[in-house]
Amino acid sequence: MSTGILLRHVDVPDLNRIETYERVGGYAALRKALTEMTADQVLKELEASGLRGRGGAGFSMGKKAGFLPHGDIQKYLCCNADESEPGTFKDRELMHRNPHQLIEGVLIAAYAADITNAFIYIRGEYEEEADILDAALTEAYARRYAGDDILGSGFGCSLVVHRGAGAYICGEETALLDSLEGKRGNPRLKPPFPANQGLYQGPTLINNVETLSNVPHVIANGAGWFRTFGTERSPGTKVVSVSGCVQRPGNYEIELGIPSRDIIYGLAGGPPDGRRVKAWFPGGSSAPVLTEEHLDLPYDFEHMAEAGSMLGSGAIIVVDDSVPIVSIALRLAEFYRHESCGKCVPCREGTNWTVKMLERIDRGEATPMDLDVMADVQGNIIGNCLCLLGDSMAMPVGSMIAKFRPEFEAHMEKAVLRQAAGRVGDGTESPISLTGEAA
Amino acid sequence: MSKFDHLRGVPGSRSRLAAQVWEGARVEADPAGIPEPSDVAVPEELRANIEHHMSLYPDPRSAVLPALREAQRHHGWLSPEAMVQVAVVMQFSPAYLESVASFYDMLELQPVGTHTIYMCTNLSCQLRGAQDVLAALAEATGAPVGGSSPDGAFHLRAFECLGACDIAPMASIEGHYRGPLTPADAATIAEHLRSGEAAADVLPDKLPTKGVPAVEKRPAQ
Repeated sequence: MSTGILLRHVDVPDLNRIETYERVGGYAALRKALTEMTADQVLKELEASGLRGRGGAGFSMGKKAGFLPHGDIQKYLCCNADESEPGTFKDRELMHRNPHQLIEGVLIAAYAADITNAFIYIRGEYEEEADILDAALTEAYARRYAGDDILGSGFGCSLVVHRGAGAYICGEETALLDSLEGKRGNPRLKPPFPANQGLYQGPTLINNVETLSNVPHVIANGAGWFRTFGTERSPGTKVVSVSGCVQRPGNYEIELGIPSRDIIYGLAGGPPDGRRVKAWFPGGSSAPVLTEEHLDLPYDFEHMAEAGSMLGSGAIIVVDDSVPIVSIALRLAEFYRHESCGKCVPCREGTNWTVKMLERIDRGEATPMDLDVMADVQGNIIGNCLCLLGDSMAMPVGSMIAKFRPEFEAHMEKAVLRQAAGRVGDGTESPISLTGEAA
Repeated sequence: MSKFDHLRGVPGSRSRLAAQVWEGARVEADPAGIPEPSDVAVPEELRANIEHHMSLYPDPRSAVLPALREAQRHHGWLSPEAMVQVAVVMQFSPAYLESVASFYDMLELQPVGTHTIYMCTNLSCQLRGAQDVLAALAEATGAPVGGSSPDGAFHLRAFECLGACDIAPMASIEGHYRGPLTPADAATIAEHLRSGEAAADVLPDKLPTKGVPAVEKRPAQ
């Protein structure tokens, strides 16, 4: 039996049914919040707990909720369940196994910020999880945990599960809002931030599935209890998704601050026998890569940032030494090119040209200068777009060029030689294209 | 270079609208307006579903994605006929609906095969052999990657991260996640779907989220 917070009861059969969830203590926190606490007390408790957003940015959840204006104004809550960051699959498991935990968290957060309309924006590919949430929501409505006058407290909140239709960018909070409004998912200019002007131009609180799933536990057990987990600045537990070249990929609930090696080798079993960790992404594919020398760093927000990367969504992707780094860079760049919404030039063109340059390197048509050009392109994307999608490619690709430059150069040379050897005597032109644009 | 060739590299230009441009549609003509309810017959079930979604939101426009998904489920793809039906129920122009639909990967603006398979080919799946499984799926189903099989039975796509890297390499078979897959599973999947059995029953031993989660305590400092 595990002793974590979020994954604590996941082995209980039928946890997705409301009777089971209530039996393990479910909805007691909602009852406590609505009948024993004022909205302000709930908000203060959340702030005191130090719970940080688990979607990637790591911003204090209580503070974020506190930013919403008070008074008689229509406000909204959106739970971001558009989990699309490559390597991340924690929210899927949390919703699949324990949907009521999320619903309870959403309703408590709505009460704290005096919100009467809440939405769960779930990515379209998660059909099974959306069905599970819909079924759970029907049960919650039937027991008066959602809807008008919840538990006779006078507070009411509607909750709708909204399914996306396949777009990575809709995980970006302002693109999510546009998509939820029935438009193309293009990010908006910030400010105004969603806390002031979000969904339907009303103040909107947006939180990740994992963040909101923590809320019932904070309210039920108190901020002091929550702070006994994790570190001073990153309290609580974190569900990390470990994938790639490891023997036991999966979700593991850890306390922030344990050595990264304990996660990759201890929990996930490390790379296959005879292989070493060549590179690893500490926080999804958007995080700059780290190498073997960083394995002993404590896994938390601060140490990952100090090492030049980020904790992000808590998705660790391990790459072992059998994989060429150029293929990793190319696969990622292709992904971001596909998902770029096309609104900002640096991202739309930068992702496209990065793919083309990497393809040239792989085909043996590049010159060493191309690496500098490519690094320069990455530098010109970062900070120059409305949202972080372009940066999300530029950061890992830039870090790969910086950390594995000799390998890029060797890959390039080998490809040129291979190209030249293949073309001996067949009369084709020089493998190095002078026009810039490869066929 | 034809008139619209410069658009080919622009993300999102793969829409049916763009395809029509290549085929010489009359681009100077005004787009169709909001259709008159008396001109369009909408299947009763589809209309009821769309109206239900519209009732859930403060602004009915929010129901555009759910409505398009309903129409795609009803028609198999977002045919011009399907678009007009959504347009007349929601009172938006078909052009607006198409501008939205062309943004999203799961909405099909071309006819596709009956059984849709999304094979994840992002990093974590690729590191565990997704390309081999994808090739095997293409062979077993007869559908080229990104297209449909000639018999109209299958639609195979290489998809970006589907969020199930714990069972990599994995695929979504009509919305049901299965993994870890081997190239040998491709034939099983194709046969299962071809025989008309429910997609939910395919490969019952390869369901997601069956791993036992573990918890690690932080050592005392």
